[in-house]
Amino acid sequence: MNHNCGCQPPINPTEEEEEEEGNSGQLSEFRAHSNVRQRTAGTFSYQHFRINQYICITSEMTTADYDQASLPDLLPLYYRRLFPFSQYHRWLNYGGVTKNYFQNREFSFTLKDDIYVRYQSFSTQNELEKEMQKMNPYKIDIGAVYSHRPNQHNTVKSGSFQALEKELVFDIDMTDYDDVRSCCSGADICPKCWTLMTIAIRILDRALRDDFGFRHCLWVYSGRRGVHCWVCDEAARKLSVAARSAVAEYLSLVKGGDETVRKVVLSDPIHPFITESLTVVEHYFSQYALLGQDILGSKESVDKVLALLPEDVRKKLLQYFQTEKNPEMRWDTLRSMAQDKRTTAKKGHYFEMEIMLQYCYPRLDVNVSKGVNHLLKSPFSVHPKTGRISVPIDLRELDRFDPFEVPTISLICEELDQPKTEEEQDDTMENENKKEAGERRKMRDYKRTSLAKYVKVFDNFLEGMAHSRKGEVLKNSDLQKDF
Amino acid sequence: MQFYSRRKKLIGNSQTEQLYGHCLQFYGQPPIENISLSEFETFAVDRLKLLKTVENLGVSYVKTSELYTKKLDADFSNLNFPYKIEASTKDDRKPQTGPSEYEKRRKDHISHFILRLAYCQTEDLRRWFIQQEIDLFRYRFNDLPSKNIQDFLQYNNLHYHTISIDEKKNLMDKLITSSFAVSGSTVEGQDFYKVPFQDALDLVRTRKVYLNGGYVYIPHQDIVTIVLNDFRTRLSKALALTARSLPAVQSDERLQPLLNHLSHAYVGQDYSIQKSIGKISLEQIDPLSAKSYPLCMRQLHRGLRDSHHLRHGGRMQYGLFLKGIGLTLDQALQFWRSEFVKGKVDADKFDKAYAYSIRHMFGKEGKRTDYTPYSCMKVILSNPPSQGDQHGCPFRHSDPELLKQKLQSYKVSPSGISQILELVKGMHYQLACQKYFELTHSIEDSWFSLNHPNQYFMESQKLLGGPGAGVKVEVKREDNPATKPPNPSPHQTPGPGNLPQEVAAEITEDLDSFFQDA
Repeated sequence: MNHNCGCQPPINPTEEEEEEEGNSGQLSEFRAHSNVRQRTAGTFSYQHFRINQYICITSEMTTADYDQASLPDLLPLYYRRLFPFSQYHRWLNYGGVTKNYFQNREFSFTLKDDIYVRYQSFSTQNELEKEMQKMNPYKIDIGAVYSHRPNQHNTVKSGSFQALEKELVFDIDMTDYDDVRSCCSGADICPKCWTLMTIAIRILDRALRDDFGFRHCLWVYSGRRGVHCWVCDEAARKLSVAARSAVAEYLSLVKGGDETVRKVVLSDPIHPFITESLTVVEHYFSQYALLGQDILGSKESVDKVLALLPEDVRKKLLQYFQTEKNPEMRWDTLRSMAQDKRTTAKKGHYFEMEIMLQYCYPRLDVNVSKGVNHLLKSPFSVHPKTGRISVPIDLRELDRFDPFEVPTISLICEELDQPKTEEEQDDTMENENKKEAGERRKMRDYKRTSLAKYVKVFDNFLEGMAHSRKGEVLKNSDLQKDF
Repeated sequence: MQFYSRRKKLIGNSQTEQLYGHCLQFYGQPPIENISLSEFETFAVDRLKLLKTVENLGVSYVKTSELYTKKLDADFSNLNFPYKIEASTKDDRKPQTGPSEYEKRRKDHISHFILRLAYCQTEDLRRWFIQQEIDLFRYRFNDLPSKNIQDFLQYNNLHYHTISIDEKKNLMDKLITSSFAVSGSTVEGQDFYKVPFQDALDLVRTRKVYLNGGYVYIPHQDIVTIVLNDFRTRLSKALALTARSLPAVQSDERLQPLLNHLSHAYVGQDYSIQKSIGKISLEQIDPLSAKSYPLCMRQLHRGLRDSHHLRHGGRMQYGLFLKGIGLTLDQALQFWRSEFVKGKVDADKFDKAYAYSIRHMFGKEGKRTDYTPYSCMKVILSNPPSQGDQHGCPFRHSDPELLKQKLQSYKVSPSGISQILELVKGMHYQLACQKYFELTHSIEDSWFSLNHPNQYFMESQKLLGGPGAGVKVEVKREDNPATKPPNPSPHQTPGPGNLPQEVAAEITEDLDSFFQDA
């Protein structure tokens, strides 16, 4: 049954973080009335590339009262029965094409009481499983593939132990948009500002695919306030520091810190990359920025927008805004003023595009992408503060992705106890003959939970890579006339 | 890789012509002849002066602008390096005064390899050397007429594939909008090369080229960037190899002092050795920040006091600066903890998360590197600040409007402010900071050339007679050449022979004074 519900903005769990107090007006109201319980609501509906209707999932099903204090009890269960080790190993092994690729991979674990251990490495999937089930890490990070086994790095002559390869990664964090979103700030997110992530994913995925020719990009929800991208192509894994930095810079349009007012500056000619990115932003701009964020509504927001404009335009608009209050009309006028200026003045004036980009274009942290040895949170890791699992995002259903729908560890552990449905029982019978009892049970287990569909996304991704590898092998053997 | 063979080798004229057939080279092959120690020294010092000039000009001027080229031209000819291609054709006709083209090219070749020995040892040295050699190469390559470019490409086996006329037509619009320099006629008239993006990173980084499917499409006129990348890769690999063979060379006692001196002369004033450790108390920091901090540090300090927090970039830049002005590790820990605790961080969390990195800065954790405070060059050029950051150079990274407001709030005179803004517009960030120094200390002319925030602090304290003035600048030197006894080597080369000790000391002193001025 599909229905849209009149949705309330969600409440995020309180955090003791370094951020300043969020000024999310409605949220503080809710917080005052609740005790640290996470309650979510359904998703807003937007018109996007495809017009779809949403399944509104109510709160109790997705979160089941997560409490950080229960992690020590939940984690052992998660790692013994739910974590998709087989797929995980399949991923990081990359078809076993390069010798010792999995064995030389660095993992780092954050254990209870903030104990952090680096340079973990494993010879086999089994060893990985045993170790994780023993240590029950709160957080798992993935690092680079080194020249030697990371857990033996102390025995290697200094200077010889080097990071050789790693996926090209990107980290988009909602905090970096604080100056342009009015609904939340800091670690908070809501369905309104989540659109920023949708836009970011669309723009970056297109660029990585079309411009750079990368075909295997895994997008993952970080568990709280952002998304990560893992570019797994062989060429990407072999990129140098300089190359990673160049890719990140190519993808950066919003530049400057607190001291910079105008963070996007466009000039002739407008590069095709910018044009393509603008196309994406335009699809979402009206609904997200004009309506949702109300950037041309309140005086404070309007002032911020006007600060980005040339003096003469600003004056004219201020006057015009005295009488015209409708944000869409205001924007249309702003836009046509830009177009007019372009036809008359010699230099290109792109301020309406600059505004759209400053408010919507993805902001990435170049430092995360640059380093070959940089450690990034692993997919299927748990986020200790929210309890949510870092799940892969299905790009075919991107507009329907709802971070508040993502299962928490408490939910999926609870789902484990539920009795099997009929179809699961049939499934079981089929698989009886195929595999070992233990594996069977593991396969069944996550499948019974809300985690299943996200593991499926991961499976599809892995299939894609395997397919490519096969293609490569065929191509090479053809080249060698090896029929 | 072969190093200076001590065996005598006669090199015939025809061979040398082949070796130096082009005025520009990739330095693929090391020289295989004998040279005297004095030549060794002179060549090295001259090239180092050249590279230093390249560095200084590179910070103050845009690297491809006319002003830059003109200035570099002048320095080039003074130091007798090959640069103008016409000189080679003039060789036969007119009698040459001064070194011939051939001699200039030989000097270029040999001096490059000598400096490789001096600059291969640490990551920092390598990075610096590669950066200057690349800038130098770019300058010289841009100077080549197009026929010589073709020759050069062929000579060095760089094959990049051109795209068909049809493909050009299809991509016409995209090619034109991707680059300011490409017009319709460029597309029609020139060959376009399809190059893997990894070979054209500079163009990709600045988005000055059409990128599709992992390939960039480059007109023939822009091939220089590709060539530069190739050069950078080769040089980088070569330096790594050189480093491994270094022990053999360092065992030669004639070379060791000079090589050490060359590389340390660059590192010279790094403010990591201070004589005023512990002379500054924490209570003095607030007033000091208003009086003697350069603008970048004042901004960071202000940011820290206001929000009781700084992000990583800011913590590094400011933390190392504090170390440089003489704070001890304990003082630093106290300082940061007291500030962070006023914010959202409790003492426990501070100890867990932040204390480690402060100790790291002081070389007490990890691989125990004693990090040096950032120079102006580093602050200006690396790690630009983004949303929420306070680090960087305000003259470089702040909006001019905001910079103006800030200076006004610090009571700088309006005429002073416009002078500063002029300098900023001309990209003379360090000069702008120096102007700021002059205005805030009410002096007419600063006598020093600013290139380090700690230098600013030290000079200010000297002027005001404060506690931080006790910092003594030590130029690191492992061997004092003047005290080394001369080495009687059985393989004396004919010619000028070994330099008498006094002359050797003189040369190294000249080197010192040259760099002190910088």
